[in-house]
Amino acid sequence: MKEQRSRVYGVMGEFAAPGQILRAARKAREAGYKNITAYTPIPVEGLAETIGFRWTAVPLITFIGGLGGGLTGFGLQYWASAITYPMNIGGRSLNSWPAFIPVTFELTVLGASIFAVVGMLALNRLPQPHHPVFNVERFTHASTDRFFLCIESRDPKFHLAETAKFLQSVAAEHVTEVKDEE
Amino acid sequence: MSVAQQPPVNSPELRRLDPVLAPGHTYESVTNKISDVVLTRPLGLGWLAGFTLTFSIVMVLFGSIAWLVIKGVGIWGINIPIGWGFAIVNFVWWIGIGHAGTLISAILYLLNQKWRTSINRFAEAMTLFAVACAGIFPLIHTGRPWMAYYMFPYPSTMGIWPQFRSPLIWDVFAVSTYGTVSLLFWFVGLLPDLATLRDRAKKRWQQLVFGLLSMGWRGSAHHWHRYQSAYLLLAGLATPLVLSVHTVVSFDFAIAIVPGWHTTIFPPYFVAGAIYSGFAMVLTLAIPLRKAYGLEDFITMRHLDNMAKVMLATGLIVAYGYFIEFFMAYYSGNQFDVFLAEQRLHGPYSHFYFALILCNILTPQLLWIEKVRRNVLALFLMSLVINTGMWLERFVIVVISLTRDFVPSAWGRYQPTFWDYSTFIGTLGLFTMLVFLFVRGLPAIAISEMRELVEHEGHLKREHQ
Repeated sequence: MKEQRSRVYGVMGEFAAPGQILRAARKAREAGYKNITAYTPIPVEGLAETIGFRWTAVPLITFIGGLGGGLTGFGLQYWASAITYPMNIGGRSLNSWPAFIPVTFELTVLGASIFAVVGMLALNRLPQPHHPVFNVERFTHASTDRFFLCIESRDPKFHLAETAKFLQSVAAEHVTEVKDEE
Repeated sequence: MSVAQQPPVNSPELRRLDPVLAPGHTYESVTNKISDVVLTRPLGLGWLAGFTLTFSIVMVLFGSIAWLVIKGVGIWGINIPIGWGFAIVNFVWWIGIGHAGTLISAILYLLNQKWRTSINRFAEAMTLFAVACAGIFPLIHTGRPWMAYYMFPYPSTMGIWPQFRSPLIWDVFAVSTYGTVSLLFWFVGLLPDLATLRDRAKKRWQQLVFGLLSMGWRGSAHHWHRYQSAYLLLAGLATPLVLSVHTVVSFDFAIAIVPGWHTTIFPPYFVAGAIYSGFAMVLTLAIPLRKAYGLEDFITMRHLDNMAKVMLATGLIVAYGYFIEFFMAYYSGNQFDVFLAEQRLHGPYSHFYFALILCNILTPQLLWIEKVRRNVLALFLMSLVINTGMWLERFVIVVISLTRDFVPSAWGRYQPTFWDYSTFIGTLGLFTMLVFLFVRGLPAIAISEMRELVEHEGHLKREHQ
């Protein structure tokens, strides 16, 4: 090994179709692997759940954003129109809430949308310019036509040769070791 | 949402529809075809000529705005009683055009319409560019665009706040929210495609630019899961948003008591008109685009046919709006409303009204005929006619009402000047120039969604065998 400081991040195998990677992922779970990740050019239904993804906080974050936006919107208008800069126009009510609905609505949508996008990126740990899987030469195909399954070295059951053999047994092509260069 | 559960009766094969994707495509072929336009295709003479022309028109826009800043809004044809003129006509026209992009990307996504896939990306881009053009007008119409920040609520030393009961302030919030959310939606949709471009780029600078923009997207299953969740939520948020934006724009008119403006039909009929003109603009762009870059496999006759049908349907809603305006004027018996309705037919601007009826109601009835919907040239011309008609509609609404309000002593006439035209044509140039830059700088069709479509179509085929 020429790189003294490189560690093994995992072992990666390649598939040609969503059905194949789904089957392989299921078998990997059955074999007892826990730290599995999959990289696909299209979203594959059920794949995330198969490799152990349970719950996403994105909807909750979006809701919080929407709630915050709406409260800010209404609060801002109420405070500006009724408290800090009240204008008595023929005795009309200062808290004229029906007139505040459009801005409240817009800020609800704005808050929810920004939280949805920023929340999704943050939970995905993006932006992240480098990741060990990019060291695999064929990985550029993950954004075109190939489906990659990676069993990470932090998995308690991980063993370089055994895991590679396992991936070959589930019909993975181009099984390679993923190095994490420090 | 599983594609496998789709009932076979709905499949294109059985309904004898054109496919949404020409047969024989693979993940790789769709990826190559779309990304090559950005990455490897040399700049053609047509593109350079188009870009140069539109770029020079943008210079006309900059010149017009500079002259406006120097001299003030007096260089336009506006004066009391017609304070709005071209600026507001163009604003409403542009913002309406944007609406089709959001409709295609959000509402058709929620309705699980597979045919939206190949047109959503550039329809969204069109939305952004149209909103950019629209935003210019109210800004420069204020007369002192450098004071535009007064419209936003910020703690100023003067201790004053915007009038939140005014539809003009609602507009500020609606349009800026719409622009922001459209940009977010567009960027989220682009993320996997930027990663595809990063991985396929051969040149160093392309790898750098797309690498930065794609934020290190690697298509992990966990990422896709959250991504799809966020995308669905954004679609759900953008749907009421797009309806609200043109509703708020119509409030600019409907909240006022000016005859011809003060009607409850305005919000729905403005929204329908927005979608109508937006689809016309999508066709105006899609037809040359598919021809120039050989994308007929992806933007098939099915897409053109469906868009023509949407135009026909929304056009009928708009026609209903025109009818109700007349009906309500006579039914209410309000003398000012009745007078205004008659001014539309017999007044000094009646030729605009008849041109509007011809463009927006009569000509589009040809779309009932399948042969017309399947004739690319006819559709292209039709889209131009509808775009013109929708511009005339806003002209009729703004100018006829303002020139003929309650007392004859307040009546006037409106004559646009050279600077009105040069600013309007300038924004047409800006819009087209941005489209030119977009088709060569970013994937004009959503690549990852096209790959999903390949998977979906393959599924259908396997089911029928």
